Amino acid sequence: MSMKFITREVNGVTILDLSGKITLGEGGLTLRDEVRSIVAKGSKKILLNLADVNYIDSSGLGELVSAFTAVKNAGGELKLLNLTKKVRDLLVITKLLTVFDVKDDEAAALAAFA
Amino acid sequence: MTDSTANRTILTLDSVLASVEIVEETAERFALDAGFDEDTSSQIAMISREAAVNAIVHGNKYDPAKHVTASFEITDKALTIQISDEGHGLDTDAIPDPLAPENILRTSGRGIFLMRAIVDEVHFRMLNPGTEIKLVKLRVQKEMHP
Repeated sequence: MSMKFITREVNGVTILDLSGKITLGEGGLTLRDEVRSIVAKGSKKILLNLADVNYIDSSGLGELVSAFTAVKNAGGELKLLNLTKKVRDLLVITKLLTVFDVKDDEAAALAAFA
Repeated sequence: MTDSTANRTILTLDSVLASVEIVEETAERFALDAGFDEDTSSQIAMISREAAVNAIVHGNKYDPAKHVTASFEITDKALTIQISDEGHGLDTDAIPDPLAPENILRTSGRGIFLMRAIVDEVHFRMLNPGTEIKLVKLRVQKEMHP
């Protein structure tokens, strides 16, 4: 299953509820496009909810980094919410867990935005 | 094209992204058949996908005249997966360390690192032309020395 997402806004934070795979040719470009579109519209607080992302590869990791950098360069913040074990394991292996602010609770994540 | 026995399969695949799925699915099936748990099998499938992407995208550059060969074999000791392309070769020394602070925010360059993190052995062999990546995951625990 390719990646799907629902966008919602809560307390000034744009939340993307992602589901499916983030891989080369199956969702990576969609995520990049969506995050850049959100930033272009002026939203600088973005929360990626990965609870239903059951698969990610190195291209998908690259897309997460690309989204993080795009938001940061625009003066905003991007955080991750609800990592599955598979995604968390890869972020640990690649040390990207030290880059991202990762939360396990949506309310706590929303409160963590400046 | 497929050449199979019970414990060995060789696939000759076109240089298209659809071939990546075939490699991934075959790798997961062999990993499960070899007795690895679901998490490990999923990781083996993922790095096989990485190897196939390397072969198709970076090796053969989607050239329809070039093919990717993928072999999967279960022995008593290990699951071995080999992916080869017909490209210009891969300089593994030129791939920067993805964990280095200056590289941590790079958007690419983690595929081979993940292979090395997940299986016991990763070997590269230069072909003429092309590159072969060999992934070996041992089936038995290494003996513990007192």
